[in-house]
Amino acid sequence: METLVNISMTHFLILAGIIFTVGVFGIFLNRKNVIVILMSIELMLLAVNINFITFSAYLDDLVGQVFVMFILTVAAAEAAIGLAILVVFFRNKGSIAVEDLSEMKG
Amino acid sequence: MVIQALAFYLFAGILVVSALMVITARNPVHSVLFLILGFFNAAGIFILLGAEFIAMILVIVYVGAVAVLFLFVVMMLDINFADLRKGGMQYIPLGIVIGGILLFEFVTIYTYWQFSPDVIQNAALPMSGFGDAQNSEALGLVLYTDYIFPFQMSGLILFVAMIGAIVLTHRTRPGIRKQKVSDQHARKASDVLEVKKISSGTGA
Repeated sequence: METLVNISMTHFLILAGIIFTVGVFGIFLNRKNVIVILMSIELMLLAVNINFITFSAYLDDLVGQVFVMFILTVAAAEAAIGLAILVVFFRNKGSIAVEDLSEMKG
Repeated sequence: MVIQALAFYLFAGILVVSALMVITARNPVHSVLFLILGFFNAAGIFILLGAEFIAMILVIVYVGAVAVLFLFVVMMLDINFADLRKGGMQYIPLGIVIGGILLFEFVTIYTYWQFSPDVIQNAALPMSGFGDAQNSEALGLVLYTDYIFPFQMSGLILFVAMIGAIVLTHRTRPGIRKQKVSDQHARKASDVLEVKKISSGTGA
């Protein structure tokens, strides 16, 4: 199994850092829109995955790739549940604005 | 090699730009489409790193399932997105400050990060231990043996998520006409059919 590269590990890690920061910034930028917030969370999870794969490749350890699969599983489950809650909320309220979501607390 | 560096900068550049477009696009449908573009480029990054199987899984799971789910929800819900954008601008300075600090910290840490030379020996599953096995084969060799319990647990998580999503969105709608086979079978001619004797000559 051949790992790469003459691109240094730092490049990939900084790429992951940039993607993560974009995800965090997206939550601030779209504070009212739950759908875009969910997409920002997906971006942050993607950044984490890039980190895992980078360390896996450069440290010659396969466990990183195994754990990325579990993260992908959890991310898929989270997206499904989040969107299901969103659909139910929209049916009841007719809106998906974040400030309306606080009415859900019991 | 130059080609690898070129590929890296191509994939990374498109990934960052599409991530920025995801959070800034006015129309959420465009956001989802840029998310899909970003995932494809992340898959390219993973292939560069030698993780072909994860790259394929990323395309199948994220693009094929998650992003399409997002697209489906965005298009299904009739949301006035213009209202959602109003008044969100006051948090942008705070976001820039926090994002800037975060990015500065990431870049600082990653630039000055150095591993001790013998860190390679700490690998739990060194890839050299798999001989000639390709990436997918090596993953399969550990995923179904050493990691069978977490693997089953992730299946359970997906199962619970599936049940949760179905239970959440299921509803019984009043007033829809549905075929009820048992009712149809229980119907007897004597219940619904009346035979009247009409004497000859009185009919119309």
